[in-house]
Amino acid sequence: MTMQEFFAMGGYGFYVWTSYGLTLIVLLANIIIPVVQRRQFLRALALKQKRQ
Amino acid sequence: MFLIPDPVVRFFHRMASPPHFYAFTGRLMPWLVVIFLLVTAVGLYGGLYLAPADYQQGDSYRIIYIHVPSAWMSLFIYVVMAVAGAIGLIWRIKLAEIVAISSAPIGASFTFIALVTGSLWGKPMWGTWWVWDARLTSELILLFLYLGVIGLYGAIDDKRIASRAVAILALVGVVNIPIIHYSVEWWNTLHQGPTVTKMDKPSIHVSMLIPLLLMAVSFKFYYLIAMLQRARTELLLRERNAQWVKNMVSESK
Repeated sequence: MTMQEFFAMGGYGFYVWTSYGLTLIVLLANIIIPVVQRRQFLRALALKQKRQ
Repeated sequence: MFLIPDPVVRFFHRMASPPHFYAFTGRLMPWLVVIFLLVTAVGLYGGLYLAPADYQQGDSYRIIYIHVPSAWMSLFIYVVMAVAGAIGLIWRIKLAEIVAISSAPIGASFTFIALVTGSLWGKPMWGTWWVWDARLTSELILLFLYLGVIGLYGAIDDKRIASRAVAILALVGVVNIPIIHYSVEWWNTLHQGPTVTKMDKPSIHVSMLIPLLLMAVSFKFYYLIAMLQRARTELLLRERNAQWVKNMVSESK
């Protein structure tokens, strides 16, 4: 199987890769959002402590 | 508690303590990520490359490797959320409340993925993006239940009260779970019947079944990772005035 054949998915490439791409985006967002939120919150807490 | 071994009871007692939960899940995280990446890599390689094309559906069936595990997760996470909510409701365990609400966005995401990938699979195979059949409609109701839980929690400022309200909503919504599962048997649906979870023999070839089960395991690990990330953040927000959070922040400087 060539790379081109693999990505063509027997003519269903659009449906298959849209499914996988969308899943990847949604799943990544669910990790990134809470991690970024926690970092920002911890930074804000540290700043508040420094001021006190 | 005489039925549950003592070390298990002790583990759950310790996990109910916020500082212990925070430290333990932080140490556990890299291991979960490594296992998740390994299982996912093997599952995707098996599903997208090794498994043969379907004799009727060609390569379009490969959507199954995310569609079916996502649909399973959408039900599984709902049950976890309702059970954790009930535990929080009965025993007032803060961490159970946090696990319940941290599960909601991930459950909603998997429900969304199941619906959209189903749509993307339905278009080339059924010739339509959507039909109002029992399986699709009950899964859409599940999405609204998740969104209702998230919205209700956000609308109430006191998070202890919010958690109780959310737990009751989640428990009422549990009736939808068997409806989704049996919808393809109770009603005449365009959606096909079960392939894997049949009592006799699964009607799927082993070269397709193994990657499917690996992806199911992969999504379980993903859920654990994403839920714990949210739980850790939610825990810090709720415990911002607790001494252990203050100590942790001052030590990290």
